[in-house]
Amino acid sequence: MRRSVIVDTTVRVVFPAIVLLSLYFLFAGHNQPGGGFVGGLVVGGAAALRYVAGGVDEVQSTFRFSPALPLGAGLALASGTALVPLLLGDAILESAKRSVDVPVLGTVNVTSVLVFDTGVYLVVLGVVLATIVAFGRDEEATP
Amino acid sequence: MAWAVAQAPDVVDGATRSVELVWSNGLGLSIELRLDGLALLMVLIVAGIGVLVCLYALRYFSASTPGLGRLAGPLVLFGGAMTGLVLSDQLLTLFVFWELTTVTSYLLIGWTDGSARSRAAALQAILVTGAGGLAMLGGIVLLGEAAGTYRLSAIVADPPSGTTVSVALVLVLIGAFTKSAQTPFSFWLPGAMAAPTPISTFLHSATMVKAGVYLVARLAPAYGDAAVWRPLVLTVGLLTMVIGGVRALRQFDLKLLLAYGTVSQLGFLTVLLGAGYEAASKAGIVVLLAHALFKATLFMVVGIIDHQAHTRDLRALHLGGPGWRGTLAVAAASAASMAGIPLLFGFVGKESAYEAFLHDGDGWAGVVLAATVLGSVCTVAYAARFVWGAFRSETGRWDDAPEPVVDVPPPRMSFLAPTLPLAALTVVLGVLPGLADGLVGAALASLYTGDPSVHLKVWHGFNTALTLSALTLAAGFVLFAARVPVARALGRAPALPTGETGYLWSLRALNRGADRLTGVVQTGSLPIYAAVILATALLVPGIALLGAPWPGWPELTHGPVELAIVTLIVTGAVVVARTGRRFAAALTLGTVGYGMAILFAVYGAPDLALTQFAIETLSVVLFVMVLRFLPERFVRSRAPSTAKAVRLGVSVLVGVVVTAFLIVANGARSEPPISSGFVDRALPEGGGRNVVNVILVDFRALDTLGEITVLLVAAVGALALALGGRRAVRRNQESRP
Repeated sequence: MRRSVIVDTTVRVVFPAIVLLSLYFLFAGHNQPGGGFVGGLVVGGAAALRYVAGGVDEVQSTFRFSPALPLGAGLALASGTALVPLLLGDAILESAKRSVDVPVLGTVNVTSVLVFDTGVYLVVLGVVLATIVAFGRDEEATP
Repeated sequence: MAWAVAQAPDVVDGATRSVELVWSNGLGLSIELRLDGLALLMVLIVAGIGVLVCLYALRYFSASTPGLGRLAGPLVLFGGAMTGLVLSDQLLTLFVFWELTTVTSYLLIGWTDGSARSRAAALQAILVTGAGGLAMLGGIVLLGEAAGTYRLSAIVADPPSGTTVSVALVLVLIGAFTKSAQTPFSFWLPGAMAAPTPISTFLHSATMVKAGVYLVARLAPAYGDAAVWRPLVLTVGLLTMVIGGVRALRQFDLKLLLAYGTVSQLGFLTVLLGAGYEAASKAGIVVLLAHALFKATLFMVVGIIDHQAHTRDLRALHLGGPGWRGTLAVAAASAASMAGIPLLFGFVGKESAYEAFLHDGDGWAGVVLAATVLGSVCTVAYAARFVWGAFRSETGRWDDAPEPVVDVPPPRMSFLAPTLPLAALTVVLGVLPGLADGLVGAALASLYTGDPSVHLKVWHGFNTALTLSALTLAAGFVLFAARVPVARALGRAPALPTGETGYLWSLRALNRGADRLTGVVQTGSLPIYAAVILATALLVPGIALLGAPWPGWPELTHGPVELAIVTLIVTGAVVVARTGRRFAAALTLGTVGYGMAILFAVYGAPDLALTQFAIETLSVVLFVMVLRFLPERFVRSRAPSTAKAVRLGVSVLVGVVVTAFLIVANGARSEPPISSGFVDRALPEGGGRNVVNVILVDFRALDTLGEITVLLVAAVGALALALGGRRAVRRNQESRP
């Protein structure tokens, strides 16, 4: 596959920023625009950029795991958060919140839905990666 | 087991323990457990034999056998499910446990997954019992709705009646009959013998197959006099008993012999416990206990023989020598109990069965007695056949007999040990049946109100029942002595149509039907699919729209910015429809999406806008990725112009209907929107200021969970399709040169 130096370099520069942005969306989502779904889409977009720059191999050398990993881990996290309250005698998916003092950031409200949202984030990332791995190979494309 | 034993004295005194665990309030489902006499008896059987089977399995399998975990897991799960089944007082809970036993039985029968025969047997078992379970679910719902409660004890105490209930009873009985391998569904049980012997011992002789009998026993006191009940139960039970017994006489495989014997005994139990007379039920409970004791033992003996001699063919076996004496004693005692020889527990059961039908039975007594005697004669004959076949030389008796096995190493004592408690109980209870009075009495009291005192005795004096017993034994031994001509005659007799023929026929018919239906529905034509989908979208809401009042046109525009965006969207849409290149179409579709996103942002929905932007970007990339597999241009349609006109018409109509629907739906609001409540509750309850996110991950988190599950399934499907297809292509390429 022919690679463009300009695209290559640009992608390399913006990639960490996009991933950071997606994490921001994930964590800020409860109070600001964002959330796990958008975060997952954004990081998926970052993966897609890698794909545009260097194909499936580039994506796989960046995300060095099978797409099944975020898919499974995400769903496990989400359903885990759904089930834990059940074990504690609450209704399914009951959320809990707690204020934590973090040295630099000050008081942060942590809720259990963040874990759930992380699950959503991972599943969305997994779906994008799975699609790229499944359909992104060049050699079978019939131009 | 220990818990059950600890509870036993109280229950025998007439107390019942009930526990209620609320499962789902909204659906009114709760797990109601109730321990009464009959449940106690069943729990003791399940737990007691379960423990012994586990000990037995320790010797039966060597530690290095592959897949033992796959065996032990379902086995323990089955034990739990079976205990739950007999304890649950709620019909729906009972059904759940019932199906759990079906599923675990499937897994256990198919444990030898390398053998096609055992897979087929497992499939057959789950299809037959599963279909019966489905019928039973229908019956349970009908019965529960008619009674106004799903509580078993309440239904039995105050049984509803009517046509609905009759239908419900027939459905429930079908479920019970499939589970307990009654004619015409009995064929799955001999097939299930493909399972390892410890499994057969536990599931297919002592416990699971008794589930159907158990349910029949529960309902019989209440419905014994219902018009459909007695004819159906007695006919099926008696037929099963006789046919099973006759079939057992033909078997050379010891395990299959026992399997058909079990079928026969289950028929016997159905007759006794299903008749709905107190005396018959008493006999039924005794036979239930006796059967569990001797049949589990006999199965374990077969397992020992199979394990040591590597064959179960009674023509080849002649086990002797000092090492085999213990096994012989255990087997002989159990088989004699099965045959109903005096001073063993089986005799007490058979005697009380004859006694019961000598007194009650209305018009049925004669038929029942005759068939029971006939079935018991067969039982005596196959019991003798079992013992003689395994332990005495049958050389020269059978044509085409396999080579006899010699010098079979005797089993270790620890292998035989689990059978000893059961055999000992068979003997002790046979000599002193009074020991079981309390247990049987409590079980009987849980079925019938009134005086529960039971006095089991060996000796009732010379009476008709004793004469019948003696007659049965004599005839049975005559039948056994004539085993060669009998087997030959049975072999020549035309094969009776079995339920298996029907099973195979319906399986084939289902496959053919599915084939044809798929051929009709899935034509593979994209225009037809699209037309069906659009027509549905057109007709269903369209018809609903016809009666709705028109709320008037909403405010059409909020300003010039909006107009500009809409122009962008509309232009994009038109270009998509007109362009001939796929690539251009995909990109232009992106503008439509971005336009929508801007619109969301303008209206103050940043979350929606963000999501829409991200989705559009990704979908353009994914589109492009997939488009490489397709030709650059759309195929020029060669359809006639009328077809084109129809397509255009359908598209325009869909557009109009959707627009109208949105306007009407917006105007039709009569309640305050649910979202205003969400806005107020977001911060205090959800702990977040972003209402959209709080809705997604808190208020409606279950929906989100469902959605990501769907996403995951879709992704896995895509991966499997693409990678699987790639592998197939590669294989083709490799094999071609």
